[in-house]
Amino acid sequence: MRSLVSTLRDLWKDPMGRIGIIGIFLLIFMAVFAGQLAPYPYDGIGMKFQPPSAEHLFGTDKFGRDVFSRVLYGAGVSLEVGIIAVGIGAGFGYLLGLVAGYFEGWTDRVIMCLMDILFAFPSILLAIFISAVLGKGIGPTMVAIGIVNIPVFCRTVRAAVISAKGLEYVKNAQSVGVRTWPILVRHISPNVVAPFTVQATLALSGAILTEATLSFLGMGIQPPDPSWGSMLAEARANMARSPWTALFPLLFIVVTILVFNILGDALRDVLDPKLKV
Amino acid sequence: MSEKKILVDVQELRTYFPIQGGVVRKTIGHVHAVEDVSFQIREQETFGLVGESGCGKSTTGRTLLRLIQPTAGRVLFDGVDLSALSKEEMRKKRRDMQLVFQDPYASLNPRMTVRRLLEEPLVTHFTLTQGELEEKVSWIAQAVGLAPEQLERYPHQFSGGQRQRISIARALVTKPRFVVADEPVSALDVSIQAQILNLLMGLQQELKLSYLFISHDLNVVRHISDRVGVMYLGRLVESGPTEEVYLRPVHPYTQALLSAIPKRDPSQEKQRIHLEGDVPSPADPPKGCAFHDRCPRCMDICRQQVPPETEPEPGHRVRCHLVQGA
Repeated sequence: MRSLVSTLRDLWKDPMGRIGIIGIFLLIFMAVFAGQLAPYPYDGIGMKFQPPSAEHLFGTDKFGRDVFSRVLYGAGVSLEVGIIAVGIGAGFGYLLGLVAGYFEGWTDRVIMCLMDILFAFPSILLAIFISAVLGKGIGPTMVAIGIVNIPVFCRTVRAAVISAKGLEYVKNAQSVGVRTWPILVRHISPNVVAPFTVQATLALSGAILTEATLSFLGMGIQPPDPSWGSMLAEARANMARSPWTALFPLLFIVVTILVFNILGDALRDVLDPKLKV
Repeated sequence: MSEKKILVDVQELRTYFPIQGGVVRKTIGHVHAVEDVSFQIREQETFGLVGESGCGKSTTGRTLLRLIQPTAGRVLFDGVDLSALSKEEMRKKRRDMQLVFQDPYASLNPRMTVRRLLEEPLVTHFTLTQGELEEKVSWIAQAVGLAPEQLERYPHQFSGGQRQRISIARALVTKPRFVVADEPVSALDVSIQAQILNLLMGLQQELKLSYLFISHDLNVVRHISDRVGVMYLGRLVESGPTEEVYLRPVHPYTQALLSAIPKRDPSQEKQRIHLEGDVPSPADPPKGCAFHDRCPRCMDICRQQVPPETEPEPGHRVRCHLVQGA
């Protein structure tokens, strides 16, 4: 397995990778230090619909809350939802994919059939459905986005496991009599790491977008918690009067997605040069 | 030789692979990879299995170790029917029966050091202290000719011959009684082949091993084997003591195969038997004797009936209608 350090070094050499790393670093910095950076609390009320000025960098919204502060706090929410949701999807997807790919037969058929059913729904629709069942708020949103992500990971991992299973040294381990679990961990998993990591990075941007969409539709993060999606939803009615209330959250959504996608692509080039087109 | 105890008894082994087709992946046929193969391997003996590519040699070896499930037939190992064992019992049994792979480049995990590669079988099958573990690893490393400092290196830092030594060490570290060597020298330079063959023969003496030696190299098989079996299209057409089979081959296929060995003296007149046509598809083997459509001495009966096994000399068995039952 490539070490983390050498992967990062190669990533840094790639201009796109460098943009991705810097972007992600800035985003994490924003999220972690939102409390210190934000000039106002995210639910602090003041003058309504102030245009951007030195006092209110991104202006204020219909309750007079500072948009810049809310965007900063929103980064934390987006990252938190993204990481935990992808964690849920990746964790379950990894296990299911590993089992389906290694054992094949009936286990594989049952698991993949379930995944195909999940896949058949448009992911937003499925997320809305799951949120409707579980309720609103940050927790259910994460679970809903996590479940939507399971099939993607399951498929990626399963494909990598099946190709790794054909490797001679995996057959060698079987002929030696190594138990199933050590074979999966020691001999097969390292071959799954590259596609898995790439998938996780790309899924993060998808999860952040889904969270924004869900929140925009009123199914996700609930006011007054600052989420870029719910800020957009609240700004919608007054878009003509105060475009800045919608513009800045939107801008951050777009840039964040872009940064994660750039990083994902660069990571794929570094980890799996054969996939480069 | 024949007084030695039988260690591996293969009885009418068959391995078919399903061919699936259509939208619903229905089984539309079978590849008859191994068809009714029977032979015995005695203790401390080497049984050589020869035949051209795709004739089922490797499948036979792997089915024997139950890495591939047999379709029918039995394999008795020291009197125990392997096909009757549960998966977990079979896994434990692997300590006594190991496989040396053909390609030493692909069959060693590139992310593990030699030491870890050699420790893995031990940790899997025994409960050992760190000291015992190290002792066993250095013992096997020395036995196959690896220097102690080489243990901390990775497989890609070795040459082909050295890697095959590592493969052999990995197979033998649990002190098995039976080893299937699946073309262990085919991927190596000729100069290295001899070293590895001598190593295998030396270890056989030292560890009292029995080998199933699979190869397409007739000279190598003659050099190492006590008994030899010739396979054609999944069937064992002839088997017997090595010199007997090499000097007095009975089956027309064996005769043709042996006539293809290059002679050391080019001026010596060579009676090369050329076979017509190609090997038939194992998915659709010919009726009767599998060899009948290429056999220079084909008779009517060959097209109709599968030849029974006959024993013209004690221990020398043939499947051919030309031989009248002894």
